[in-house]
Amino acid sequence: MNLADAEHFVRAPDWTWYILFYFFLAGLSGAAYFIATLLRLYGNRDDEPAARLGFYVAFPTMLVCPILLTLDLGKPLRFWHMLVNTTPGEAAPIFKYWSPMSVGAWGLLAFSVFATVSFVEALVRDRVIRLRIADLAVRLLAGAFGKTWNVVGAVLGLFIAGYTGVLLAVSNQPVWSDTWALGGLFLASGLSGSVALLHWLVRFRSDARASASAFQLGERLFPLLEFALIVAFVLTLIPAGTLGRAFGFPWILLWLVAFAGLVPGLGGLLTARLSVTAGGALTVQSARAAAAMPGLVLIGVLALRAAVIFSAQ
Amino acid sequence: MAEITPGQAYGFFTDTSVCIGCKACEVACKTWNELPGNEPVFGDGYDNTGSLDSQNWRHVKLIDNVPDATLDAGQGKAWLMMSDVCKHCTHASCMEVCPTGAIIRTEFDSVFIQPDVCNGCRNCIAACPYSVIEMDANTKVAQKCTLCYDRLQGGMEPACAKACPTQSIQFGPIIELREHAKQRIDVLHSQGVAAANLYGADDSVYGGLNAFFLLMDKPEKYGLPNAANAVLPSRNNVGGYLTTLVTAALGVLGGLIALRRRRTPSAESTEDGER
Repeated sequence: MNLADAEHFVRAPDWTWYILFYFFLAGLSGAAYFIATLLRLYGNRDDEPAARLGFYVAFPTMLVCPILLTLDLGKPLRFWHMLVNTTPGEAAPIFKYWSPMSVGAWGLLAFSVFATVSFVEALVRDRVIRLRIADLAVRLLAGAFGKTWNVVGAVLGLFIAGYTGVLLAVSNQPVWSDTWALGGLFLASGLSGSVALLHWLVRFRSDARASASAFQLGERLFPLLEFALIVAFVLTLIPAGTLGRAFGFPWILLWLVAFAGLVPGLGGLLTARLSVTAGGALTVQSARAAAAMPGLVLIGVLALRAAVIFSAQ
Repeated sequence: MAEITPGQAYGFFTDTSVCIGCKACEVACKTWNELPGNEPVFGDGYDNTGSLDSQNWRHVKLIDNVPDATLDAGQGKAWLMMSDVCKHCTHASCMEVCPTGAIIRTEFDSVFIQPDVCNGCRNCIAACPYSVIEMDANTKVAQKCTLCYDRLQGGMEPACAKACPTQSIQFGPIIELREHAKQRIDVLHSQGVAAANLYGADDSVYGGLNAFFLLMDKPEKYGLPNAANAVLPSRNNVGGYLTTLVTAALGVLGGLIALRRRRTPSAESTEDGER
């Protein structure tokens, strides 16, 4: 590529609302599974309830993803063509490692298995499901096998949260294809949103409050990572000449919302650095006030994806 | 036209220097392929087709290149006319990203979208650097020029080439077409038309285009990326995944720091119980 502006004569694929919400939920789901695994494997015993909370978040958010993807297809009943090549005479599973959409379809399928099993496991451990056979199955996930299961699921979760950005980059669309930062940016943004969501949900599960302070620190560190990747995103668009397209009006309004979502985390980092404040972060406030901060972060996560998706088309 | 043999690479050589903008190619294409077409577009030029899309598999571009002040005779550059079409790239961006295997290379070396395999994901649309492919509103799958696959299988040349009255669109084996193109460009250069150039006749653009062009100006004038910008989507795979990987590693680090740096009573009281 020359230093001269990149030339784009490509048509927009019209990936709009279904894809926006898929990217949003995939980011939350994958990141929630990852955080839950981190809490279970590297936290202490008191972190287990919060870990289960993470698995509870990962499952429903994941469940909506294939529905959104299917609805976005021109031929929804052919969703399975993502996995099976139906070319006459060549019927076989299809996997193209160089096509992020193909890798993502298999990745989402694999992640859904891990998210579902871990969700059911959490229900059994919380005694919501009381079946002898379920108890026996959960015992399998208690030892080294269980840890391996969570680690593999977390790796898949990180992939699901980030590959959507790579999918956009592996195109010839302006903005998307002019940067290598989108995969990392979407992953970091998913982590920011997920940790904020989990921190808020801790309010509704008293035995998970021991993890609130860890969530509070995560709420500062992940936005820092996200901010660094936004800077990388900007820097990569400058030589391509597409910075104005990505940040021009009206998309700048969405970016302002995205930046507003970073303010609580970055503000906390500037003022309190890495020390836990307010007795482990759970201060007494009204439900509305408590929801404001994670709400702002989540809207910021959504706005960031909207700005990236819509500005290029 | 000699016999059309499966296993041999066929394509178009479109010589824009003799295109008169009659649009016979568009009509022939729509007639043979039963494309209903779109409502005409009436802008500020003579192009009422608009662009290549699901209904227009051939599109005659009429590019107003008339200078403000008359400086010379124009040498065929004042109005650029070009019958645009799918390039049937050797390294096809659409084929690269298609997750379903719907886009295949045929026995004639053309790039073909199987309508019964495509599920309308539109990844190919985001990838095609020539804005060729579009979703058909009726069939709900991606559509583009097939190089008249059905006609080739029947031993007939594509409808557009058959209809072209000035032989601007020439169909044949790629090897022969490249030879013709080389001779033609030599003639134009000898006549002083220095700006004439071949686009896609060699492997500098997507490994070579099976539908290549003789242009009367720079590719950008026709809405075609130059060789430096003719890049495949997969170029971003390594950078994209690597950034994701580094971010994931930093995410793990951030998570571990958050777990280690917190100070809660319960954490201190259960220090011995850490896993």
